[in-house]
Amino acid sequence: MIDHKLIGTTSKVYEFEVEKGAIRAFASAIGDDNPLCFDEAYAKSQGYASLVAPPTFAQTLRIPFTDLNVNVDKSRTLQGEQEYIYERPIVAGDVLRCVSELVDIKERQGKKGPMISFVYEIRGEDLKGNFVFLSRTTVICR
Amino acid sequence: MLIMEWNEIRINQEFEYTKPPIDKAQLVKYMGASGDFNMIHADDETARKIGLPGVIAQGMLSMGFLGQFVGQIVGNHGFVSRLQVRFVGIVLPGDVVTCRAKVTGKDEIQQTIDLEISTETEPGKPSTIGNASIKFKN
Repeated sequence: MIDHKLIGTTSKVYEFEVEKGAIRAFASAIGDDNPLCFDEAYAKSQGYASLVAPPTFAQTLRIPFTDLNVNVDKSRTLQGEQEYIYERPIVAGDVLRCVSELVDIKERQGKKGPMISFVYEIRGEDLKGNFVFLSRTTVICR
Repeated sequence: MLIMEWNEIRINQEFEYTKPPIDKAQLVKYMGASGDFNMIHADDETARKIGLPGVIAQGMLSMGFLGQFVGQIVGNHGFVSRLQVRFVGIVLPGDVVTCRAKVTGKDEIQQTIDLEISTETEPGKPSTIGNASIKFKN
């Protein structure tokens, strides 16, 4: 049922342009009123090029599972774990080159039959190739 | 806003922040902003089909609360360099989420702080458990 050969599969490269409106909408949905996310003049006064994204903003830089040859019914998945590592905060105006990689697949017996989980990482770099962030996600399929 | 100075932070120091109650509109708003269109967060029927009582909040919304909370601790003195959680309990519309953090490490050379973090919907009922790091500006 599990094809372990899928481990190591990588997506194509996606280039995401980070927009001010997306940062404001994301912070607003969380209810995060950090002025670094809303007030560009303030963010600039703190040494940033523009608005600063909240720490979980990398979630919006989405790469489809199908790129990793993973086909699942979205409504039957639950996120088990999430980690973000940042070299620096994401700021508006960033163009980030992102690649996703399937790094692990696990199977274990749950109460209602076998449960499969998979782990994927998204790595984001700027256009000069400098590392910006790493996202590691564990998804459980039920 | 909280905003701690580097010199004010000590090991085992604890922080707490309680969010306003979550409502269904916030779940839809977060769905739009995040781009994650898993309908178990918007449609009761879809949620019930997989055995849930009705729509549940995105785990990532609770993690977002933690990002906000840890960001409030550092303010303009640095940034959240790591945020990691396990999702251990469901959060429902109407729930009040409290964020907690405890300082577990302070590295004077790297100018970083390590924290244990969690969210809970009532005392002793965690929805996320994890760790965070803050990098202070030199």
